[in-house]
Amino acid sequence: MNFDMGAYSVYIWPALGISALALAGVTLWTLLAWRRAKARLAALEKRSSQS
Amino acid sequence: MNFLFRYANPHEFMRLSGAVLPFTAVATVLCLAVGLYLGFSAPPDYQQGRTVLILFIHVPAATMAMGVYGAIAVCSVLSLVWRHPLSDTAARAAAPLGALFTALGLITGSLWGKPMWGTYWVWDARLTSFLLLLFLYIGYMALWNAVEDEARAARAAAILALVGAVNIPVIKFSVNWWNTLHQGESIVSGQLAPVFLTPLLLMMAGYGLLFLTLWMVRIRTAILERRARNLMQAGTP
Repeated sequence: MNFDMGAYSVYIWPALGISALALAGVTLWTLLAWRRAKARLAALEKRSSQS
Repeated sequence: MNFLFRYANPHEFMRLSGAVLPFTAVATVLCLAVGLYLGFSAPPDYQQGRTVLILFIHVPAATMAMGVYGAIAVCSVLSLVWRHPLSDTAARAAAPLGALFTALGLITGSLWGKPMWGTYWVWDARLTSFLLLLFLYIGYMALWNAVEDEARAARAAAILALVGAVNIPVIKFSVNWWNTLHQGESIVSGQLAPVFLTPLLLMMAGYGLLFLTLWMVRIRTAILERRARNLMQAGTP
């Protein structure tokens, strides 16, 4: 693997970095939303079964 | 068509997607890891030098941007014509992901354009129609949030998505129809050397699988949120 980008590094690394950050961010955001929705539904179901 | 309606049932969708998700997640990581490894190992292009690395993230993002909009358009047809019960949820869940891929296509393309064309941006047909796609995504999401009644919002958003779908072939064929600074198609025409084509196809598969994985999780989240809303309404005197 060659990580030497030469004179083009100012374009290549930002492009790679922004893509990696954006894709990791949207993955995290999606998983957190899923966990939040799951926890909320579980709490509501528990409350409705108690009442 | 029967297949689509069979999995329109939220219970059935939750069961099927729950079984498929681990496989798509693992396949996503594998495709992206091997694609990046081969991409970083590829030699510099004789014309573009090491900037050819941007190819491996720009083309998958741009392809997904158009593909996701196509998926939203198909869901919109299913919703408007056949009243497919999950299609509105699926279309709405896909939109932010499509918008993100579009933004990434524009940003990475811009960062590739500067060293190759000497400019970050030109108002040529390909770039302009692609920017229009981003505005269509933003408009689509805004429309969903602007209308309070969910059924009306879904119908209006579906109509907007179908009208905007005209832009997809314009983006695709803009490099053939007009004289653009953006280069023409080079994958199907076989102009790409295997040493670049293999990592590119792997990255495209990785982006596609990542979308599929996140899309399924987002639809599942929307189904859970709907169940929670129904419980809340049922509990409200």
